[in-house]
Amino acid sequence: MAMTDAPKSNARRYVVVYFCILAIAALQFVIAYSNIGTEQMFARMLVVAVVEAALALLFFMHLSDNRGLKWFVVIFTVAVILGMQYGWTDSFRLLDGAPWAK
Amino acid sequence: MSHADTMTGHSGLMEKPAFSVPAKKMAMWLFIIADSATFAACLVAYGFLRNATPNWPRPFHSITNVAIMTFILVTSSLTMLFAMEAARAGDKPKALRWTLITAAAGVLFALLHIREWMALIGEGMTLFKNPWGTGLFGSAFFSITGLHLLHVTCGVIALVAVGLRYQAGRYNADDLEITGLYWHFVDLVWMFVVPLVYLLNLSH
Repeated sequence: MAMTDAPKSNARRYVVVYFCILAIAALQFVIAYSNIGTEQMFARMLVVAVVEAALALLFFMHLSDNRGLKWFVVIFTVAVILGMQYGWTDSFRLLDGAPWAK
Repeated sequence: MSHADTMTGHSGLMEKPAFSVPAKKMAMWLFIIADSATFAACLVAYGFLRNATPNWPRPFHSITNVAIMTFILVTSSLTMLFAMEAARAGDKPKALRWTLITAAAGVLFALLHIREWMALIGEGMTLFKNPWGTGLFGSAFFSITGLHLLHVTCGVIALVAVGLRYQAGRYNADDLEITGLYWHFVDLVWMFVVPLVYLLNLSH
């Protein structure tokens, strides 16, 4: 954009994304009252939260405008978070109350 | 070599900013990445404890308070965007007004949060015990929501400080945008705290 151009307003886009995020947040509350198991509820809520967060990252934090930074943030953050999943199986083992080898 | 030659010569030696992002903004992005790892560690540890503990409490009877808090925080992200739009258009009074509205929403969120804490403490919940089940719940709940509340409090202080300095001409629109990035991150973290800490622990 040339320096003399008037800055283009993104207000309408922000409002649309805002209502999308509110609607998705409301969906989480609906899931909370649905008659499903905790594991399924956890998975569904997590998917919804990821979509919500992606909208905020892309449009509120303007990550969609910078391709290189977008991939840097996504790859680094996802790699760290995935690395933290290492101990999950142990939590199931603890719940079952004993080491598997009996 | 003259002083002028040295000065112009430096610009040629300087590296281009990473991802074409100004240094201050890049620093905020690196902070956000590091902070998201902190919150992720807390939430993963919380999930581990919840999964491995059979008598995990479900103390929340209503979603009204957390729904209102979510609405306030998401709306404050929108008002922050309006502040950034006004700053980009060079309208300083409007930018300050939207920034202060955002900060006020943050204060309201913090007050609702503290009210909720007081209600839970009133029901007998502490860091190490509660009337509903394992004592781990209190420490997990207060740690995660407390860390988030700390971020909200810091964000409110930063918004007011940067907003006022922007109005005074000491900071520019980029500084306001960088503070806005932090505020959106606080909102983003809440999107994960709500389902994991609140909604999964509703008493049906």
